[in-house]
Amino acid sequence: MSKMSASNLKLLQPSPPQDGLACRATDGALSIKTVGKIYDPEGVHVEALRDCSLEIAAGEFVAIVGPSGCGKSTLLNIIAGFDNLTSGEILLDGCPLATTNTSPSPGPERVVVFQQGALFPWKTVIENVTYGPVVQGVMSRAEAIQRAREMLSRVGLKDIESSYPGQLSSGMQRRVEIIRALINNPKVLLLDEPFRAMDTVTKSASHQYLLELYSATGKTIFFITHDLEEAIFLADKVMVMTTRPGYIKKTLAVKLPRPRQYAMLAAPEFIAMKADLVGAVHEEAVKAFEAGEREMA
Amino acid sequence: MARAATITGAPLSLRVRNFVFSGQFVRGSLAVLGFFVIWQAGSMGLLPFMHAIPTPITVAQAFWEFMHTAKYWQSWLDSTLRVMYGFVAAQLLGIPLGLGMGWNRNFKDFSYPLFELMRPIPPLAWVPVSILFWPTNEISIAFITFIGAFFTIVVNVLGGVSAIPRQLVNAAVSFGASPKQVFWRIVLPATIPSIVTGMMVGIGITWNVVIAAEMIAGNTGLGRLTWEAYLASHTPGIIVGMISIGLAGYVSSMAVKMIGDWLMPWKKIF
Repeated sequence: MSKMSASNLKLLQPSPPQDGLACRATDGALSIKTVGKIYDPEGVHVEALRDCSLEIAAGEFVAIVGPSGCGKSTLLNIIAGFDNLTSGEILLDGCPLATTNTSPSPGPERVVVFQQGALFPWKTVIENVTYGPVVQGVMSRAEAIQRAREMLSRVGLKDIESSYPGQLSSGMQRRVEIIRALINNPKVLLLDEPFRAMDTVTKSASHQYLLELYSATGKTIFFITHDLEEAIFLADKVMVMTTRPGYIKKTLAVKLPRPRQYAMLAAPEFIAMKADLVGAVHEEAVKAFEAGEREMA
Repeated sequence: MARAATITGAPLSLRVRNFVFSGQFVRGSLAVLGFFVIWQAGSMGLLPFMHAIPTPITVAQAFWEFMHTAKYWQSWLDSTLRVMYGFVAAQLLGIPLGLGMGWNRNFKDFSYPLFELMRPIPPLAWVPVSILFWPTNEISIAFITFIGAFFTIVVNVLGGVSAIPRQLVNAAVSFGASPKQVFWRIVLPATIPSIVTGMMVGIGITWNVVIAAEMIAGNTGLGRLTWEAYLASHTPGIIVGMISIGLAGYVSSMAVKMIGDWLMPWKKIF
């Protein structure tokens, strides 16, 4: 729960639409090049990211795993435009998205589904979903409502449009939130541990909905999680991030065919991939734990 | 969700009947009845120290007589108006101040120390300076009432703005909202629950304060009515005054609660 003020809000202006042919050629390819992030360089000097590089092709589903407190969410916040970077650069379809010279600028082409949930409690489901297109002025309210209804009914939520978020289960809230993001037709969908606090049943249903939406829209997805099984089951690539300062230490290409089936969870190649990742993540977790011990001492 | 839907969907007569036969109503009524029984027993000398208190029936008779005087209703009107002036002024000044302090760091740095210095001064400590400063007693009392509600509403609004989850603002900005839209469409609605809490606490304080202020500085009002009954040694009148104050406070709180429900349809369901 950080403090807000008008001054730091000014830094969060939506970016102007990118122009030029290079930007239109592809759709949603993210290029993260030697990104570094240091919090409070003059004070406590926390280095969250160092030389962090990764490439995400347009339409690719990438999951990032790593111990708590590694730079996963920091990286996501920089891509989303909520935070700036200290070194390196990020390109979206070849155009600079974040560099050391630009101030952070969020925009509807890369929307976030937040870990803690960010539906507006005072708006109904339909008002929440239509918020983006209406505030941007890209759709009239009537068009937005029609579009929202189509999208909600695709994930089995057409009867709850007049409910308030507080009346919905956590699974339904997450589906609404993903729809609210997708209605903006983003190039990249950023998901920050969206299914973290869910029970197993709700979680597997949510996976199903997310995979269906992914295959229907073909959006680039940047997905942060702690859950290795979830990462393998959903993604095309799983990347392991090191403990602070974070960078990508291992990339695992998931060769499972789509659509993904739950039977795959028991397949030998799935278990082999999981074992591979467990080793890599465990090593980082131990490092993070020991670093924590040192800080305490 | 389903249960709430059926209750609000039922016809009024059925809802009233359900309420009257509900455990909640029966328990509440028993407590009120028990209170009157103990009161009656006390004034009949069956309990220590209570023989000076008139019986409920004597008080009821006095109440009836009061209700037939114009002065009694004038007292209600005067006190209510003072509460209204003070309370509404406190909201009009306090809500923007709290929002401003919560939203703008510089403004908070500027205003917070002075605010915190004034806040601990009890409303009644403002009575002497208020009488000296304001041209009429009426304005003095309304001002003291204002002081009672003002600090509470500011503290609540400030707390509400500071507690807005960061991701709500981030989400809105992501979707393309301008700072102005964020303020009116996100910050303001997100703060409404705190505003309503501040109003609920504030309306209680204004009634406390207005009664005390009337006893010290007023010529009319429910507080003055009670005080005059005391000066005239008219004990049933004192009790009538006290009950009237209790009723006035209760009705005001209900009104504020209704405003709160109307402002927050998303909370009413629960």
